[in-house]
Amino acid sequence: MSENIQIPTMAELAAKGEKPEVLFWVGCAGSYDDRYKSVTRAFVKILNKVGITFAVLGEEETCTGDPARRAGNEFLFQMQAMANIQVLDGYEIKKIVTACPHCFNTLKNEYPDLGGNYDVVHHSQFLQELINTGKVTLKGGGEFKGRKITYHDSCFLGRANNVYEAPRKVLEALDAVLVEMKRCKTKGLCCGAGGAQMFKDAENGKKEINIERTEEALETGANTIAVACPFCMTMMSDGVKNKEKEGAVKVQDLAELIAEAEGLNG
Amino acid sequence: MIAQLAFVAVLGFFGYLLSRRILRIKKNIQLGKPQTIKDNPSERWKTMLLVAFGQKKMFKRILPAFFHFLIYIGFILINIEVLEIILDGLLGTHRLFAPFLGSFYTVLISFFEILAVLVIVACVVFLLRRNVAKVDRFHKIEMKGWPTLDGNLILVIETVLMIAILSMNAADQVLQDRGADHYTQTGEFLISGMMKPLFANIAYGGLVALERAAWWFHIVGIFAFAVYVTYSKHLHIFLAFPNTFYSRLEAKGKMNNMQEITNEVKIMLGMSTGEDAGAPPEGMKFGAKDINDLSWKNLMEAYSCTECGRCTSECPANLTGKKLSPRKIMMDTRDRLEDVGLDLQKGGKGLEDGKSLLDDYISREEINACTNCNACVEACPVNISPLEIILQLRRYVAMEESAAPQSWNMMFQNVETNFAPWKFAPSDRFKWADELKEK
Repeated sequence: MSENIQIPTMAELAAKGEKPEVLFWVGCAGSYDDRYKSVTRAFVKILNKVGITFAVLGEEETCTGDPARRAGNEFLFQMQAMANIQVLDGYEIKKIVTACPHCFNTLKNEYPDLGGNYDVVHHSQFLQELINTGKVTLKGGGEFKGRKITYHDSCFLGRANNVYEAPRKVLEALDAVLVEMKRCKTKGLCCGAGGAQMFKDAENGKKEINIERTEEALETGANTIAVACPFCMTMMSDGVKNKEKEGAVKVQDLAELIAEAEGLNG
Repeated sequence: MIAQLAFVAVLGFFGYLLSRRILRIKKNIQLGKPQTIKDNPSERWKTMLLVAFGQKKMFKRILPAFFHFLIYIGFILINIEVLEIILDGLLGTHRLFAPFLGSFYTVLISFFEILAVLVIVACVVFLLRRNVAKVDRFHKIEMKGWPTLDGNLILVIETVLMIAILSMNAADQVLQDRGADHYTQTGEFLISGMMKPLFANIAYGGLVALERAAWWFHIVGIFAFAVYVTYSKHLHIFLAFPNTFYSRLEAKGKMNNMQEITNEVKIMLGMSTGEDAGAPPEGMKFGAKDINDLSWKNLMEAYSCTECGRCTSECPANLTGKKLSPRKIMMDTRDRLEDVGLDLQKGGKGLEDGKSLLDDYISREEINACTNCNACVEACPVNISPLEIILQLRRYVAMEESAAPQSWNMMFQNVETNFAPWKFAPSDRFKWADELKEK
């Protein structure tokens, strides 16, 4: 069913003199991480289905610089940012959507100081918009009926950017039962990977943060932990494995859930 | 007349101590780097009204917020009575406002007395929470010693001051009932009126002595407390206001841009810097090693922190037993400021004492444990950001010392050479699409 999937790059469109409605910023995890690549593919399938003209940068995309900046290397961050801004401005990009809250935060809040001004949305907001405008009409099929889903807030989406409702509205549209964890929204507990922690071992302590968070998620009795961030995906998946619950509990991204409900997984 | 002179002397003495301390704190805060915060004044006033005046963020936790609110209201309103007391002291009058306000004076003082009782109740509840219920956040490692004593002292002093004011009023009313000279008839006050039997059997002389003693104890207590506050975590009662006014209005996720680096990067990339940026100033360092590398705003935040520990109780690193405690970051910053300030006052070396905020106060293990999740920033009732200080310290370690944790240095290398934090080939970046296209 995916024979018509189109994934144009900006370079290809530019050669044809075309401009997409939106640039899909895939991010490093979305490009390289085996688990998160499936989120990238799910989102691309949705974009194809709704007929939105989009493009990706392909091999021209590079790290936004977020992990370098959080780890203290402002030089490296700014080098990355300037290079990316040159590419984005070269293609006259106006609107960007990304499935990574870290890319989202950096592109949206930090690039303007360096001269890069774009309308940046996270894919949860984008999906909510598609549902609101009727471009994605979930039939409320049997698949999700009664399925208990808990949503784990990404810090860089939630507290960092006050996006709490969009991911929840997307999940509500699935006709599933949304159950909240003890700590959620403004009080949501981090998965443990932010601030460049993803790229080093945790400092000494009594417990790993992702185990603490996974325990909270499992306490809800949900059989799906919905996430909206590649790092949260890794941390929560590891947590579920650590608790030997991977048979009973799935960790899935919003885009994967929507693609599943739309029958796009195949 | 002697009493008036004594009062002027006391007022002058404490006024001197207080102003000296305020100047010292001001100088300490000015050790920080300049930072201009002038944008969006209407939003700033609104934030101050909601967060400081209206205590909006306190109410994220209803129980402590409620009792804290009682003390807060008591503090603000009872100070109207303190104005009368000071004027009485200076002019040698007694209950100066009573003749002007008539029966409303009785209502007003009765209302203050109700507040005084509520303040006592709240202080007792807080003492119980700290010492009997052992609320976890008051017993973290950074609270050992002085911080715990400080917290308890404040509550005890406030309770004692309220008892003094009630005793003063009760003795006053017994004297009024006996028609004593100089004791203006005010009508019966609501709470102290009920306390009259306690003082009924005391002879005239003893009663006057008691009333005067309570009066002096209360007012000198308030002056002394005002000076004490400047050495204590209790300074938040004043600094919460400017602190919220100057708080960040941007998205919490945004890190401050380092313009000095932007200029260098632009030169390296052969881009125009816009203005003639020139070479960075001599001796400039990237990030922060000591308090004078932080902005004045970071330093004011350190003085505004009242060590409630809401930040620490929500910090994922602290919750899972890591050394990091956002509250400790603020306490350490203030301790360093105070140490440097006191040393300077004594004519010492100040900042050049061979110590620095990083390493001598805050360890690398602490700053390395932060996940940048903003839980501490979100939790702070007065909008303090421990995260800004952590990030400035990280910048110093990474850029001035190239001493970031080994895994981070490898990540930097990957970003530089592969344009991704992991060691994957840039030419593989678009491979994810192959599977979709092949189908």
